[in-house]
Amino acid sequence: MAKRIEIESLSCFYGNFKAVEDVTLSVEPKSVTAFIGPSGCGKSTVLRALNRMHEVTPGAHVTGRVLLDQDDIYGPGVDPVQVRRTIGMVFQRPNPFPTMSVLDNVVAGLRLNGMKTKSTLAEEAERALRGAGLWDEVKDRLHRPGAGLSGGQQQRVCIARAIAVQPQVLLMDEPCSALDPISTLAIEDLIAQLRDQYTIVIVTHNMQQASRVSERTGFFNISGVGQPGKLIEMDSTHKIFSNPTEKRTEDYVTGRFG
Amino acid sequence: MSTPRDPTRDRTPAPEGTYPGVPVHEEPEGPPPWDRVVSATDRMPSTGEGPGDEFSRGGRLTGGKSTRFGDRLFRGMSVGSAAFVLVIMAAIAVFLIWKAIPALNANEANFFSYEQWFPNGTPPMFGIAALAFGTVATSILAIIIAVPIAVGVALFISNYAPIRVAQGLGYIVDLLAAVPSVVYGLWGYIYLNDHIKDTSAFLDKYFGWTVILSSNSGVGPYGRSILLASVVLAIMILPIVAAISREVFLQVPTDHKEAALALGATRWEMVRTAVLPYGRPGVISATMLGLGRALGETIAVAMVLSATFTIDWHFLSPGGNTIAANIANQFAEANDTGRGALIASGLVLFVITLIVNFAARWIIARRKEFSGAAS
Repeated sequence: MAKRIEIESLSCFYGNFKAVEDVTLSVEPKSVTAFIGPSGCGKSTVLRALNRMHEVTPGAHVTGRVLLDQDDIYGPGVDPVQVRRTIGMVFQRPNPFPTMSVLDNVVAGLRLNGMKTKSTLAEEAERALRGAGLWDEVKDRLHRPGAGLSGGQQQRVCIARAIAVQPQVLLMDEPCSALDPISTLAIEDLIAQLRDQYTIVIVTHNMQQASRVSERTGFFNISGVGQPGKLIEMDSTHKIFSNPTEKRTEDYVTGRFG
Repeated sequence: MSTPRDPTRDRTPAPEGTYPGVPVHEEPEGPPPWDRVVSATDRMPSTGEGPGDEFSRGGRLTGGKSTRFGDRLFRGMSVGSAAFVLVIMAAIAVFLIWKAIPALNANEANFFSYEQWFPNGTPPMFGIAALAFGTVATSILAIIIAVPIAVGVALFISNYAPIRVAQGLGYIVDLLAAVPSVVYGLWGYIYLNDHIKDTSAFLDKYFGWTVILSSNSGVGPYGRSILLASVVLAIMILPIVAAISREVFLQVPTDHKEAALALGATRWEMVRTAVLPYGRPGVISATMLGLGRALGETIAVAMVLSATFTIDWHFLSPGGNTIAANIANQFAEANDTGRGALIASGLVLFVITLIVNFAARWIIARRKEFSGAAS
């Protein structure tokens, strides 16, 4: 249940402003792909375009194609709701629903898919929470509010919520930037386990994180304020961090820029 | 003129050459420039306890807090305001009870179960039963009609409408709240009454088995009924419920809405998963504010109802009365006992409103930990 993503000439707009220009890249199934780059370079925008969350912002739209194993998710007649059920997402700030218990949070997506039986939902919740490495920590407080957990636990609840619906792809938008180092480590370990089953794309500001968790890395950059972001280079993570082709990539990963 | 010792003048300049590359500041001869302006403290005789000493850098760390004037002033004002509200509440309660007791003592009927209202007769006989029933019935019916519409309007404005439409509509809804209640009364009496007769006949025909949606004869007459008063009240409380609900819905964090959308929620599912649960306490508060207004609404109800003093569950029949409307209708012609009786009814209204408010607080507090206030 992991699919390949092919991005072809993707440009992303907010109204008339072109935020990202002409990105072409591919994301391998059952691997972790990292997007790195300075703030405002459009890496999060590209990520959000991959499950059609970009267009949720009023006025936002894209041009180009995003293929999920041959199917263009921007093709005519494609329902964005279906796309989002296939491609899960984890956000920068942990965002469990504050009005729901831990359990209800994890099964929220399953409920949306029409699963109603209580026992099945409980089983699925346990499976997802075990998958997110959180089961032992929360099994005694499944009916407590999700917002009462620590930040790292909340983020893993969000990951459990995303994988509960068994998506083809998991998108992570700076999933550790609001977390302490210990929680970050837990999430990184989790990503290492999830890569066997899912196609994972992670946006991160933390280059060590990118080098630790990902197989392939894309470097995005902007040439100036108001200019669109572009994909500068995409290669194996090892190559990007040791011997990149582009001078700009080298400057960034060695800390001479940004 | 001798000035108090200024500690700022006592700074010893750093020894020359401490910071290589930093030009050494030359202290000019004579007093520093800020001393050439006569400061306010200069003009005040020094008592040794003035603000100049209080804020001097002498290292005194205790005792400053309670003596700062702004702090004391603000504290006094806020404590005073809080106490003032309590005093007013207590004063109203005492006044109502004080004035009501003589009339209640003179009353020959059971105040709580008697339905009629003859406080000016001899002997005076009056009871709150029918009035309280009418008050609660019209208000609850108004809430049942208004809240779903108001929440719908608020959801449309906050989550569905394009921004221009949303702004315009929000403005119009707010305007609805600015119409004086006497205008609603006139409109209800002259216009809506004619039209509610047809609706009432329809309801009676098909839903008459519910009793509350029937007239006591089954064939009319209709109009000037509890239903008419409820519809007028519903229109009056709709803007306040809609406006507060809209504000609450607009405060739902984008994080939560995007979480729902990213799970593959449709717009309605997003509203149901993220927006409505988050806004629930706010909608309940708004409803209770609306209910408070409906319970206390006077002139519009007094205009549209044909006052009768009976407990009648046939809400389509002419008749019914409320506490507030009855006070407005009767006050001018009441004698001393009559006024006392009306004040006693006001006390009952006061208590009903208190109960409503506490009920609302209880409902909200019951699920406080799931309210999202903690995050």
